[in-house]
Amino acid sequence: MNAAESAWIPLALSLKVAGWATLIDLVLGVGLGLLLARGRFPGRELLDAVLTLPMVLPPTVLGYYLLVLIGKRGWLGAWLYEQFGIQLIFTWQGAVIAASVVALPLVLKAARAAFEGVDPQLENAGRVLGLSEAAVFFRVTLPLAWRGILAGLLLSFARSLGEFGATLMVAGSIPGRTQTLSVAVYEAVQAGQDGVANVLVLITSLTCIVVLLLAGRLLRGSAVR
Amino acid sequence: MRLAARLLLAAAPVLATTAHAADLTVSAAASLTNAFKDLAPAFEAQNPGTKLLLNFAASDALLAQIAKGAPADVFASADQETMDRAQAQQLIAAGSRRNFANNALVLIAPADSTLALAALSDLKQPGVKRIALGQPSGVPAGRYAKGALEAARLWGDVEPKAVYAQNVRQALDYVARGETEAGFVYATDAAVQKDKVKVVLAVPTETPISYPLGIVAGGPNPAAAKAFVDFVLSPAGQAVLARYGFQKP
Repeated sequence: MNAAESAWIPLALSLKVAGWATLIDLVLGVGLGLLLARGRFPGRELLDAVLTLPMVLPPTVLGYYLLVLIGKRGWLGAWLYEQFGIQLIFTWQGAVIAASVVALPLVLKAARAAFEGVDPQLENAGRVLGLSEAAVFFRVTLPLAWRGILAGLLLSFARSLGEFGATLMVAGSIPGRTQTLSVAVYEAVQAGQDGVANVLVLITSLTCIVVLLLAGRLLRGSAVR
Repeated sequence: MRLAARLLLAAAPVLATTAHAADLTVSAAASLTNAFKDLAPAFEAQNPGTKLLLNFAASDALLAQIAKGAPADVFASADQETMDRAQAQQLIAAGSRRNFANNALVLIAPADSTLALAALSDLKQPGVKRIALGQPSGVPAGRYAKGALEAARLWGDVEPKAVYAQNVRQALDYVARGETEAGFVYATDAAVQKDKVKVVLAVPTETPISYPLGIVAGGPNPAAAKAFVDFVLSPAGQAVLARYGFQKP
């Protein structure tokens, strides 16, 4: 297998992992962002701080937490394995979990700020006009907050694409199965294969530029609309 | 103004650490972690004023660092092949290469494993889903394991189950946590986690597992590097290595 071919497989895997992680973060980030923006309960700011931790914690700390939690002998992992025979360590799904945890704060923070920026009078207007709470959310609140959430999602996708530390600890480095771009770069450099590393870093850089250009375009598009 | 001065003062020790004449940097194979850490205080006591800085990783990774100009003084590899490559790139001072220890490759399983693993061919059984070994392209322990499996005509059966580790200690950790059903490590690694892993098989290797070390050409502290090589080969140094299960070279 030449260097270009061996680079394509990790790239495809990285895109798959980042895509799923972003999808998970969309659901979790919007839900939790709404809860933090609108919910009035004790410990709200503490919850926000805990959910933001993955952004500031060293990836190794996060990787260790995940190993202890979802490992075959971890609290959640042991139960999953005994009940369903599911093992998350060394799978691409494990890499998705690592990436989605790391990138969640980016969506969460953006979503919370976006929801807090929605004028409550507009929502009240909807209610007065007879919309249900769900309809108010999907037809008034979400469209108004969408731009901020989208910005968070794109950052989350880029962050997932670059995730390295926690992924290596949780998913390992299995070529074709869990070896993402960033892990493949690490491995090539460690093994002294500079030729492979050069191709991989070039592809990574180009992919990130494309993502950023897309992000800029999407954001401008939604600003005009 | 005052703040700037304070910041500068706080930064001074950080700036200073880059050029410390009495530091000795030893880049050593991951399997040497416990033994070399234990060796450090005795060496420093013998060489007052010298601070021993230990840098552990897979041998190939250390070589890649040194080839890119990492300021290491001594390089200790887990196989001859990596040291051969270092010499071919003229990274090792002429005549400074010595063999200082031998080791053995073993197959390990989690301590509570109930699988019957009496021969390498038992790795084919369906109960063995994942097997941890060092990445053969960058980890000597992985190369030894791959070589042994190829000699036994089992590499084709093991490769789909292989989980590659960045160094031998990571492979050990995977087995100790029960994430893989089996793994290939050195006998000395298995001894470090006696309560969590058990040795099920001594694996014969194509070539003997022999550790060489050498002084890095153009390293920052050649005098201390020479002292360290001598200390490792001395009866005191060899006694520490023997305590961790390394055999005489």
